[in-house]
Amino acid sequence: MSSGSFAAAWAVLPEYLGQHVLLSISALALGIAISLPLAIAAAHSRRLREPVLAFASIVQTIPGLALLALFYPILLAISAVTIQAFGMRVPALGFLPALLALTLYSMLPILRNTIAGLIGLDESVTTAARAVGMTAWQSLRIVELPLAAPVIMAGIRIAAVWVIGTATLSTPVGQTSLGNYIFTGLQTENWIFVIFGCVAAGALALVIDRLLALAESGFARRSRIRLLGAFVGVVLVVGASLYPLSGSRREQVMIGAKNFEEQYILSALMADRLDKAGIAARQRSDLGSTIIFHALEAGDIDAYVDYSGTIWANHMHRTDNPGRAAVLAQMAPWLKAHNIAYLGPLGFANAYVLAMRRDRAQALGVRSLADLVAHAPAMKIGGDYEFFSRPEWTAVVKAYGLHFAVQRSYQPTFMYRALNDGDVDVIAAFSSDGRIAQYNLFLLADPKSALPPYDAVLLVSAKRARDKKLIAALKPLVGKLDLSLMQRANLMVDRDNRTPEDVARWIDSQIRH
Amino acid sequence: MVSPSRGTCCMIRFENVSKSYRKGHAVLRGLNLEIAEREFAVLIGPSGCGKSTTLSLVNRLTVPTGGAVLMDGVDIAHTDPVILRRHIGFVFQSIGLFPHLTVTENIGITPRLLGWRIQEISARIRELMEMVRLPSAYAERLPRHLSGGEQQRVGLARALAARPKIMLMDEPFGALDPLVRDELGGEYRVIHDRLGLTTVLVTHDMTEGLLLADRIVVMREGEIVQRGSPRDLLRSPADDFVRAMIESPRRRAERLNQALSLGAPA
Repeated sequence: MSSGSFAAAWAVLPEYLGQHVLLSISALALGIAISLPLAIAAAHSRRLREPVLAFASIVQTIPGLALLALFYPILLAISAVTIQAFGMRVPALGFLPALLALTLYSMLPILRNTIAGLIGLDESVTTAARAVGMTAWQSLRIVELPLAAPVIMAGIRIAAVWVIGTATLSTPVGQTSLGNYIFTGLQTENWIFVIFGCVAAGALALVIDRLLALAESGFARRSRIRLLGAFVGVVLVVGASLYPLSGSRREQVMIGAKNFEEQYILSALMADRLDKAGIAARQRSDLGSTIIFHALEAGDIDAYVDYSGTIWANHMHRTDNPGRAAVLAQMAPWLKAHNIAYLGPLGFANAYVLAMRRDRAQALGVRSLADLVAHAPAMKIGGDYEFFSRPEWTAVVKAYGLHFAVQRSYQPTFMYRALNDGDVDVIAAFSSDGRIAQYNLFLLADPKSALPPYDAVLLVSAKRARDKKLIAALKPLVGKLDLSLMQRANLMVDRDNRTPEDVARWIDSQIRH
Repeated sequence: MVSPSRGTCCMIRFENVSKSYRKGHAVLRGLNLEIAEREFAVLIGPSGCGKSTTLSLVNRLTVPTGGAVLMDGVDIAHTDPVILRRHIGFVFQSIGLFPHLTVTENIGITPRLLGWRIQEISARIRELMEMVRLPSAYAERLPRHLSGGEQQRVGLARALAARPKIMLMDEPFGALDPLVRDELGGEYRVIHDRLGLTTVLVTHDMTEGLLLADRIVVMREGEIVQRGSPRDLLRSPADDFVRAMIESPRRRAERLNQALSLGAPA
């Protein structure tokens, strides 16, 4: 693979690593601040101990990704309350949900080890502490905590490694981390990015683990030199990681992207145009399609590209299909009523289309969804993670009476592979996807118009709607991106492994001519 | 009732003290006992007779379920237990040194809690190490680098550090080898006399009791069976239980003499 992606990976390392370290250290510090007093209380109260440990264990059984995702709706609900009460908004995306989820995640090992360390102390020593006249607090400070310190430190060490590993999953809730390499790399089949992200997160975890191990042995052997060494080491690693973030911070425009190539390209394109107009822009990618819309509504992000059908079905809750122009016409006033600025359609549509391998479709004589009905009960269908729970799938099932033997959800890259390899017979492809041409897929007609149109539309948050400079930088994109241009752009990323930034510059040069 | 052998005033007084645990198991049943100032009292009896519980009532490590413990006429239930404990020395069978603190830090702990000045504390530590015959080279060592006997010397110094008037000792020499046990017991008796302490010592070793005590209190199943000087006990044991306890060291001594005379050349 290209040395270009390696260079690209290096270029964003300071930003990703800095964010990752900032998030992990904050979560660990907060985790310690909450867990230590809680564990001390639980060690001295049998009644508190069981519920505390049970709570932490339950949190641990929630998959990391789900725990992170859960904080988004929770914070959104809290934010609704605080806006009502104080007129103050709580950010539901980015640092805060990631911090809270990781803090919860870090608590179990610290709680468990601190409690075990304290209740496992030699009773003759704790009795002696009382007998020489120590108060409960003095006994804790002078005797119990110093003696339990190696066990407590071992718990903190486990927590640190867990947090650094799990922090890679905070990318989908809009917090930049080393996980950005992994999510983006997986999507664009840029394995250098994936490996780079894994190695960077692993190396960070390993370094912190070794330093905390040094601190642990420092406590166990009462060696001040080891403790000092560990402290200096942690300060150096954290300081060096955070240094690149410390540059002057202008107010930045946040561009959102969902979790596929086209969205990466479009967000890079927008960020690039804003930069050229002298507006500082950052990107948050790999956001879920419901999250990204609410984030725009809430002002957590300022601009992104959505698709008319998604807004029509998911947000306006419409199940009818009045046609492409009518959908756009009815969508505009609805967006306005929801405080979202609609700049217009970009020119291409990225609709769900059911696709088959050309040879297979010809052999069966299938040309449309209506033809598929007879074959479907013996077929397997693949879709992305959200397709089968979206209203348009329900609409297709209802309109044609389609029933498949098996439904499988894939990460889009693997969905196309699965179809090509014959693992599934039909997939819900994306019409602007370059891979339709790459794999020479046959697109099934939809004579009953069950699938709504998906024109790409440019949306801007209410607070940026009056920013003339920003609007002037983005508005020229409207109507300029036709389907063939977008398909070529997508293919450059999918097949040629060019970076989204690179392809965004290529698009920009195309539309300026 | 036998009068105290030394002193004039009742320093520690148990008034109808009982102690039982949640399951209704009674450890002490209506205990009445007076321990005079400067007296060396030994509580003795089989395991589970309540002697250690009695001891721990004095510095409120245990709280009675009935009755009262008085010190110089004041019910200690009305005192701050932390302040009380800082003025009473306690020596354990398990020694209970703080394993992460050096010998001097262990010895100086109560003066430190009392807020003594640093110079005062270090002078006191030097004095105590000399008193319990610990070489000054041990000052900065951790307890685990000391033998059992040396550790208990540190335990003794720690208990004496804040110049308490009362010493509570829970089988202090029980875990030591016999040679060290006798030596340390004898040394402590000298310290007790020199400093004018009031000592309550718990043991199940009658020989130790007979050798150290001014007065012996024999306990069984939470009650006092007999109290008196070693001489009183030897002369007129209250019942067969006490007689058996008293006679065991005497029988051993006789067997020892026999063995020695048999083994000696004619």
